[in-house]
Amino acid sequence: MTDGLITMKNVSVTYPGGNVALQDVNLTLHKGTICGLVGINGAGKSTLFKAILGFETPSNGEIRIAGNTVKKALKRNIVAYVPQTEDIDWDFPILVEDVVMTGRYGHMGVLRLAKTKDKMAVNEALERVDMLSYRKRQIGELSGGQKKRVFVARALAQSAQIMLLDEPFTGIDIKTEESLITLFRDLSANGTLVFVSTHNLGSVPRFCDEVALLNRTILAHGPVETTYSQNNLIKTFGGKLRHHQLFGHVLHDDADTRGVTVLTDCERPLVLYGEQGGQKIVRMPEQDTSHESESPPTPQEDKEEKPTEGGF
Amino acid sequence: MIESLLEPFTYNYMTNAILVSALVGGTCAFLSSYLILKGWALMGDALAHSIVPGVALAYILGLPYVIGAFFAGALAASSIMFVKKITRLKEDTILGLVFTTFFAFGLLLVSIKPTAIDLQAIILGNILAVSDSDIVQLVFICTTCLILLILKWRDFMAIFFDENHARTIALPVGRLKILFFALLSAATVSALQTVGACLVIAMVITPGATAYLLTERFHKMIILSVFIGTTTSALGAYLSYFLNTNPGGLIVTLQTFIFIVIFFLAPKHGVFAQRRIMRKQSNNSALPYGDNITSLPVDNQSIFSTNTGEQK
Ligand SMILES: Nc1ncnc2c1ncn2[C@@H]1O[C@H](COP(=O)(O)OP(=O)(O)OP(=O)(O)O)[C@@H](O)[C@H]1O
Ligand SMILES: [Mg+2]
Repeated sequence: MTDGLITMKNVSVTYPGGNVALQDVNLTLHKGTICGLVGINGAGKSTLFKAILGFETPSNGEIRIAGNTVKKALKRNIVAYVPQTEDIDWDFPILVEDVVMTGRYGHMGVLRLAKTKDKMAVNEALERVDMLSYRKRQIGELSGGQKKRVFVARALAQSAQIMLLDEPFTGIDIKTEESLITLFRDLSANGTLVFVSTHNLGSVPRFCDEVALLNRTILAHGPVETTYSQNNLIKTFGGKLRHHQLFGHVLHDDADTRGVTVLTDCERPLVLYGEQGGQKIVRMPEQDTSHESESPPTPQEDKEEKPTEGGF
Repeated sequence: MIESLLEPFTYNYMTNAILVSALVGGTCAFLSSYLILKGWALMGDALAHSIVPGVALAYILGLPYVIGAFFAGALAASSIMFVKKITRLKEDTILGLVFTTFFAFGLLLVSIKPTAIDLQAIILGNILAVSDSDIVQLVFICTTCLILLILKWRDFMAIFFDENHARTIALPVGRLKILFFALLSAATVSALQTVGACLVIAMVITPGATAYLLTERFHKMIILSVFIGTTTSALGAYLSYFLNTNPGGLIVTLQTFIFIVIFFLAPKHGVFAQRRIMRKQSNNSALPYGDNITSLPVDNQSIFSTNTGEQK
């Protein structure tokens, strides 16, 4: 069972108050994959990440990371993590680049003196999230999305084999989402395991190789093509999903009985098409509509409407 | 003139007092940079009061009182951490609870064996009256503290900024926290002798608070804070020779004086700077408007005059 980069065996996590957040979780994830983690609020996604990081100790079961215990894996700097919410003091006198530099500490000596290599890694990480020009800002002087990008950069700077990202897309604009997705692809191409929880159901087929569906326990896990089906999703979300189905007789007049199903948890919907409401995932086009076509009047029209300026 | 200014240095006890005060002031100032960021400003006060029973016990047993003080401080700090971990009580509540308990116990001990202890020395402190052996102890404690702080300041910063992230990069968070409290207890014990239990809190807050107003980078904050702590402490001890006052009171007064000056003059966060920024902003937004006002009448006049001229 040590072939996976992360192996969870019968893992249960109970919070001190008695909430059972995870029960009998079995999950094996391999290097070089992007795995999406999907589930309702309170399904235990964040708890699953915290268990992998050793923040919550499983009451039962075993977690192995690259064959090591969690503690050893952290020591060896294998896991990087971007939390869902940052519980920090935003007035702390620390600049963006200093924050990202803390991601390098595991690679440094006892004194944590930054070498050229570390400075380059910080620059590169900031560049990847398009935050290089903000490097000298105090951390609290950023917008919510920019803060999030800085923490992604901090995780990147760690150059870990495993990246855990807890809902990285919330509060982030579409352009940044696209660049994050490109980033995940690059990372996985270099052998990193990227494990991402998200509520953007429609995004999952666009960037994930695998998907894990969670509700206290793993309901299904496997390649997106087979596992990310309507049945599995309905099992995961129960009635909590916005769900629209349009069948052949509504769509067109011929004998075609195929239908369209639109599933959405909050943001980007998942569209399925085919018999019985759809077996096939309809991939949203890469260049999303929201990029260009939505931008109202074109600049030329704008100019033509104000010819009076030179008249005075 | 110069001779009379140098007069304090002709006395061995004065030279010692000035140097030791500077050392103690610097150590406390270093720690203050951390304390004020964590909302632990009152921790120093709590420790100073908690130390009293340790000192009393050490006197009764005939041990060097630094040892008693240190153990009482460590015990208080770890009880605070322990109660915090188990219950959900807020930190200030726990601080209040623990340090009054310790202080009460200290008073009890003192009342049982009233003659053995010079309580005045603990509560008010007087660096001018410290014995040579105490001075050796003070120098040893403060130098050790400073060396450890210089070695570990980045690790402490990472923990104080984002404890969860510090865990993911496998910093030994628990052990470093214990080390920090040990250093704080040690520094508090030293400050006890220079300024007394009542004023310790100023030594571990004011320099850091002042430095915080001046910079947005943590290492600069530490440097400024240590500079302020060292100079005010040395100067306080020195001036007390001429003014014939309690040096502790003078040191703290000087620190507060600097804080007030910086509070008004700080380049970004000071009162005047904020006013200046506000003014600049309102000027900026008024700028195009102002331009119009100055340029429009001229243009209009010329237009009108030519127009009217032509029409006539
Ligand atoms: N600190 C805590 N103490 C007690 N119970 C908790 C704690 N944190 C989470 N829980 C409970 O554990 C369960 C799983 O929570 P978790 O945060 O893992 O959900 P999630 O899938 O991340 O949800 P979301 O989509 O809202 O982020 C929930 O029922 C929650 O109420
Ligand atoms: Mg969550």
